[in-house]
Amino acid sequence: MSSECCAQGSSTMILSCSGGSNVGQLSNRAAVELTREGFGRMFCLAGIGGELSGFVQSAKDVSGLVVIDGCSVGCAKAIFEKAGVPLRGYLVITDLGIEKNKNFDLVEEEIERVKNAARETASTSPAGTDPSGGASSCCA
Amino acid sequence: MDIKVLGPGCAKCKQTEKVVAEAVAETGVDAHIEKVGNPLDIAKFGIFATPGVVVDGKVKISGKVPTIDQVKTWISEAN
Repeated sequence: MSSECCAQGSSTMILSCSGGSNVGQLSNRAAVELTREGFGRMFCLAGIGGELSGFVQSAKDVSGLVVIDGCSVGCAKAIFEKAGVPLRGYLVITDLGIEKNKNFDLVEEEIERVKNAARETASTSPAGTDPSGGASSCCA
Repeated sequence: MDIKVLGPGCAKCKQTEKVVAEAVAETGVDAHIEKVGNPLDIAKFGIFATPGVVVDGKVKISGKVPTIDQVKTWISEAN
């Protein structure tokens, strides 16, 4: 949660599947590093999965969104569908040519590849929709 | 009805408080409006950005100032 309305990097939400494989953990590491670098802020996918209203509504309302799934099983994507949140800025790590395995010794080059793909995905992602029309963004 | 406005006191948060108060006044609903400004208390609602509005325990908006019509709709849904 941001205590300041217009904190730097506050407008892009980063969500990772953080699953139990190399690609799941790559999604987590990339989300952490992108947050540290000020690109955006990692948020809790589990809160959306639990359908807690603050998390679900925040994912609907945020202007910039990057959702990183490790593999084509698509757990993060399924969570969005279940919670009724339109999926934007979606990235699957195995689509980048990184093979899924159970080796948790992450490769630095692969982390960088995921981070670059996340940045690119965010730049081409449409902004969050506002069905009601009139609401204005906090930092607009 | 319980309405909470979440925000540390930025301009948009104050604007949200005003919009909520106007919507409540226009609908005439019996509502208690509470301003929540403590970051630790705001964090309990799991929102990504302020301002936020919570109606009867459910977060209705995060990181945006609602319109009066939006707030009226939330009030109507909760009644």
